[in-house]
Amino acid sequence: MSAVEQEDNSNQNRRITWEGCSVLLDINDGDRLVFSRLTAGSIVKIGNKNYPLRPLIGCPFGSLFQVENGANGPSLARIISTAADNNAEDKKECDIKEESRDNRALIDNNTAQTLTGEDIEGMRRQGASGNAIVEALIANSATFENKTSFSQEKYRLKKQKKYAPKVLLRRPFARSICDTYFKKYPARIGFLRVDTLSLLLSFANVSAHSDVLVVDMIGGLITGAVAERLGGTGYVCNTYRGDSPYSIEIVRIFNFNDEINKRIVRLSLDELSNNGDWKEDEMMLQSANDSNVDNPSSNQSDVVLESLSLEVGSMEESVASKVYKAVKPGEKAPQDAIKSWKENGFSSLIIAAPDVDAWSIVKEVLPFLSFSAPFVIYHQYLQPLATCMHNLQVEKMAIGLQITEPWLREYQVLPSRTHPHMQMSACGGYILSGTKICNEKSTTTTQ
Amino acid sequence: MLPTDPMKKLSFKRHISDGDLVIVYEKHDNMKAVKVSEKSVLENRFGVFKHSDWIGKPFGCKVCSHKGGFVYLLAPTPELWTLVLSHRTQILYIADISFVVMYLELIPGCVVLESGTGSGSLTTSLARAIAPTGHVYTFDFHEQRAIAAREDFEKTGLSDLVSVGVRDIQGEGFPKDLIGRADAVFLDLPQPWLAIPSAGEMLKEDGVLCSFSPCIEQVQRSSETLASNSFTDIRTFEVLLRTYEVREAKMDQCQTQTEEGTPGARPFKRKQRASEASHWQADNSGSPMVMARPSGEAKGHTGYLTFARLKCIA
Repeated sequence: MSAVEQEDNSNQNRRITWEGCSVLLDINDGDRLVFSRLTAGSIVKIGNKNYPLRPLIGCPFGSLFQVENGANGPSLARIISTAADNNAEDKKECDIKEESRDNRALIDNNTAQTLTGEDIEGMRRQGASGNAIVEALIANSATFENKTSFSQEKYRLKKQKKYAPKVLLRRPFARSICDTYFKKYPARIGFLRVDTLSLLLSFANVSAHSDVLVVDMIGGLITGAVAERLGGTGYVCNTYRGDSPYSIEIVRIFNFNDEINKRIVRLSLDELSNNGDWKEDEMMLQSANDSNVDNPSSNQSDVVLESLSLEVGSMEESVASKVYKAVKPGEKAPQDAIKSWKENGFSSLIIAAPDVDAWSIVKEVLPFLSFSAPFVIYHQYLQPLATCMHNLQVEKMAIGLQITEPWLREYQVLPSRTHPHMQMSACGGYILSGTKICNEKSTTTTQ
Repeated sequence: MLPTDPMKKLSFKRHISDGDLVIVYEKHDNMKAVKVSEKSVLENRFGVFKHSDWIGKPFGCKVCSHKGGFVYLLAPTPELWTLVLSHRTQILYIADISFVVMYLELIPGCVVLESGTGSGSLTTSLARAIAPTGHVYTFDFHEQRAIAAREDFEKTGLSDLVSVGVRDIQGEGFPKDLIGRADAVFLDLPQPWLAIPSAGEMLKEDGVLCSFSPCIEQVQRSSETLASNSFTDIRTFEVLLRTYEVREAKMDQCQTQTEEGTPGARPFKRKQRASEASHWQADNSGSPMVMARPSGEAKGHTGYLTFARLKCIA
């Protein structure tokens, strides 16, 4: 291992997996995405077989695995690609440039394939690899030779996905987590698309050493994404109305170390608005009460993370609890931080609350920002933001107000076949951004 | 600009002092970066503003000219900087910038390489993402441009996070001492495919590369070169922003004299009645409505963003 890699392991940016680490498994090139935790006993189910995840521990993120059915049952084995493979693949792509074949002679009567399901099962029993089955299918296909090379490639890929699935080991980062949720459970993250999330972080000027106030009612995605950018400095403070903080279960999918988790805190709006000086004994009482209702979100999160990994099978409880003995994210904000926020204000604000009126939140939390602090509000609907923007203008609370809607389109780029994807997400939500100003109400306006 | 020194961060209610960089805000589309200097003045269409009046006031305050006109003084952020910096080249704007930073998976401590530097619009956001412990190595083959960029980073207080080099990355590749050290590489070059082999050498395994190109032919060629240089997960995106105008207005109510206050009446019925007895009435009893519509003009294209990940071969 090089010095560079060792250096990496000491900080948050670890590029090699470890026991207990959270991972994103990308099965067959994005066809299926599964969050999981690498433990001695965890598994992933592909097709009708369970594959232990143990071989993934200690591998670099970005490694590719293929399934094998050896003597000890189904297993995942790492694919070590070589430079030669790369060039071969590249060659294939280039060959497709000129094409004379077409599908005029193709008759769809289901007789092209001479290999039966029983034949394939027989090959499997004899221990044939997935790739061998794919080759056999191609050899026994009457129409394969007459297909265009593009559809030959498509055919091969389709069979490969079924008989020789591949698993890509990916890092759970804000980007991949948001992408995965948007694909699998968009409602849980308020239909927040990844480009929209990236804009929220920019508009809110999230950077190391900043104190970011968030109203995160989309499962902790905002909280996690902000904490990732803070890298164990500053604070992300999740504020809430009432007695119970909002769930931040998604934060657990990020591989945050103690330093970062310590910077993820919560504070109720009541406590934030409390103007009186804090007496020492009151504080003690407060924290005693808090530990009773401590973090209802963490109870909830077990449920959710488990439901996420249902596909993966049950998690090893003992290992999971060992991992979480460390600092929990979402503890109550420390007193010195609260004191500092009350005196100086937060450096920025992000709101993502799908079910609460934007204006009613903003007018309550905006006073806790420093002057000149940027803020940003996300909503999947336009109207609440339009009303909110209008009210902020009328009240002269902010300048630089703007509602924006991002648009994201992906392209297929292939030799002679480049075009936008046929399907795209048509709405990634709306963003209201602005900057808080120091507004003396009495002054007359001349502009 | 960035709170690299925790004591100077915005949330510690910084007051404007001599030598600070402030963003003078007239309107959302009219801003200017000004270095505060006690003896200096700012002149614009609202009159003359004395810098000495600004010192000691909080960021975000409103200041007046001798004629009574006013502007706001804001603390600089990379977003505001992008709107005020002097354009030496075409620059990247917030939608592309945000998406690039997110896709490159930049977090504090990362090392990122960029070419060319251009006007430093993206560089500022890269620096924000990797601060306080990471570093941006940015290269431009144009010496004057590199010097101007260096001066800008000095002005915005980013010089500790950014190194600007004069180098033709397409011709020479990235410097050898950066081999295997980069978490991410960003290319904004006319012929990015020439720089891709070198970028591959610089990246750590599983590191991400992004190439920004305005033309699809560039994308085509870059994607082919990426595939033959141990890159995988090659994806191309286009990201745009639509802005909205918001306005409050009272709308005429659709009511007839014969039909009293039944806004839920079926439209065809209303139409029939209207032809007989009445017309759309100007009615002030309705409460004003806030409405939004997309702004009339927008950027229709900036560039294609092609991302790729260096394969794990090990």
